[in-house]
Amino acid sequence: MPVSVRLPTIMRTHAGGNSEVTAEGSTVGEVVEDLIRQFPGIAANLRSPEGGIHKFVNLYVNDEDIRYLDKLDTKVGAGDQIAILPAVAGGAA
Amino acid sequence: MIALSWDIWHEMVAHSMVELPNEACGLLVGHLDGRVVAFHPCKNAAESSKLYTLDPRDHLRIDRAADDAGLAVIGVVHSHTHTDAYPSPTDVNQAPDPDWHYVIVSLRHPDPAVRSYRIIDGVASEEAITVTSDPS
Repeated sequence: MPVSVRLPTIMRTHAGGNSEVTAEGSTVGEVVEDLIRQFPGIAANLRSPEGGIHKFVNLYVNDEDIRYLDKLDTKVGAGDQIAILPAVAGGAA
Repeated sequence: MIALSWDIWHEMVAHSMVELPNEACGLLVGHLDGRVVAFHPCKNAAESSKLYTLDPRDHLRIDRAADDAGLAVIGVVHSHTHTDAYPSPTDVNQAPDPDWHYVIVSLRHPDPAVRSYRIIDGVASEEAITVTSDPS
C-alpha cells in the first residue's frame, strides 16, 4: 500500500530533489525498507550502524512520533503520511 | 553568510534570556541563500542548562509551515548560558544538516554575543552575520 513520506532536506538530494515520495509497506519499518530500496543514498542518514533507525532521526506518522506509537511496527495505510526529520540537539556540555 | 533583521536578532537574544537558567533553542526559517525571514522559539525538551533537544513536534510544525510558505528551515539557534558562543563537541557531533546555519547566543558576559557557524563533516567554521533593516 503506497504511503507518502516527507523527507528532510539532507535526504532530498538522494531522492531526485523531491521533498515528498511514496513508498510501499503496511508498517513504518516496511516503508523505511522500501524507501532505502528505492533511494539507497538515504540509508547513511536513516539507518544506524546496528541496523535500526539512526538515533538522530525522528519519524512521525500523521504528526505522532513513532516512539510513542509502536515504533517501527506502527501500522500505516493509504492516506497516512510519514515524516522524517533530523533530531536537533546539542548544547554547551 | 546569514542575513537577518535587528528584530530577529533581538528575538533570539530575548528568548535566550527568558529561558534562563536553561539553554534556549529555536529554528530559523528563510531562504536557502541565508536570508532569515523568521525566528521561531522552540521548547527545549531537555530542560537543561547544558544541553538542548529541540522539541520534535515544534520542528515538524515549523518545517511544514515553512514548506507551505515556499521557505525552508535553514538553521537552528541555541544559547550557551555560561560558555562562549562557540560550538561545543556536542554541537558539532549532533549537527543534523551541513546546509544549516548554527547560531549560538552566549550569555556568559553581560552583553550577549551572537555568532553563526557552518558545521560540515565535523568541522565548525564561523560565518558572517549581516544584520540589516530588512533582509527578506
